[in-house]
Amino acid sequence: MTKKGLKAGARKKRRMYLLLTSLAVLGLAVMLVLSALEDSIRLFYDPTEIAEKGIKPGQNFRLGGLVENDSFEAQETGGILVNKFTVTDGNETVAVIYEGLLPDLFREGQGVVAEGAMNGTGVFVATEVLAKHDENYMPKEVIDSLKKRGEWQRTEASKDDTP
Amino acid sequence: MHKFANPARFMRLSNMFLPWTTGLTLLLFAVGLYYALVLAPEDYQMGNTYRIIFIHVPAAYMAQFGYGVIAVASAVGFIWKHPLADQAARATAPMGAAFTALALLTGSLWGKPMWGTFWIWDARLTSMLILFFLYLGYIAVWQTIEDHVRAAKIASIVAMVGLVNVIIIKFSVDWWNTLHQPATLMRMDGPTIGGDMLAALLLMIGAFNMFFITLLMWRIQSLILRRRIRSLRMQIGGGQG
Repeated sequence: MTKKGLKAGARKKRRMYLLLTSLAVLGLAVMLVLSALEDSIRLFYDPTEIAEKGIKPGQNFRLGGLVENDSFEAQETGGILVNKFTVTDGNETVAVIYEGLLPDLFREGQGVVAEGAMNGTGVFVATEVLAKHDENYMPKEVIDSLKKRGEWQRTEASKDDTP
Repeated sequence: MHKFANPARFMRLSNMFLPWTTGLTLLLFAVGLYYALVLAPEDYQMGNTYRIIFIHVPAAYMAQFGYGVIAVASAVGFIWKHPLADQAARATAPMGAAFTALALLTGSLWGKPMWGTFWIWDARLTSMLILFFLYLGYIAVWQTIEDHVRAAKIASIVAMVGLVNVIIIKFSVDWWNTLHQPATLMRMDGPTIGGDMLAALLLMIGAFNMFFITLLMWRIQSLILRRRIRSLRMQIGGGQG
């Protein structure tokens, strides 16, 4: 290697170290920022966290969890559809009331994210209800035959669920 | 390494590969779409609506893959000053941006009937939108800085800094609670999809991948040719053009 080549090699090495250290520092900085922002990046709170945090009535936030089995009830009063259900995380539960149409995937035992606020009586009044889809995809036929044999249990539902 | 960085050699090699990758792309799309639209059964909850994942998932995957290609090519260009690496990074950007837009659009179309909303500012959707803006920023650097060497340098820094976002996209559904579901394919305990559904998804990912590679070779070729034309014009015209 010529003298010039050596110098170029040294420059390459310097650039590589510069790059690696800058990326490491950047990664660390981003990690710190993200962990500091943890509370605002998360989309929703589950019922246990709500019970722990003691959120005041009227304060807007998002509630997330599973719709408890056999908790769903819909009534039509004066042309308005009123939905009532309970959101659970297996530990605590929150009663929810929502006026309006629910998305296709809304089901008992399935994930849901609702936006709204607690009222004075400890009921969550939702202004928007979104259904959460889980990561499972399955053919209809498979579920049907499992149901026939009585082996089908909803993956996300609570363990005592017997459909 | 220097052997492959030679533009003339790249032209020769890519001309050899292009007919094969083009054919493979068409074949994979034909078989993949047949699996996706005919053979794969309906989902137990979503019926036929779930079939959008056969576009959405490969597009989102290619969006991140494309950014990875740009970042690696940028690092090679930054450290070893290979002009071909810069060209490869530059050629990838509009494709990556298009795949990101496609992923955002298909996700949004699926989100409205299934979730109940076109858009929500959860960690996955937001980081994906940031990826789209990173692509646009990267393209803008190349568009606005005239000096090629300087443009390559600044663009490569933008690309490498933005790489952290790709990591955030991947783990956003694990680190924070989101409306978007967690990973179906790339998970520790194996995919939560099976049979013809899985086959269709993998075939479509393969098709998108081959499409990406084919398009990238074409784009690098055209960038090389464009530079050649420019330098020829400079020789003839004595510096103008």
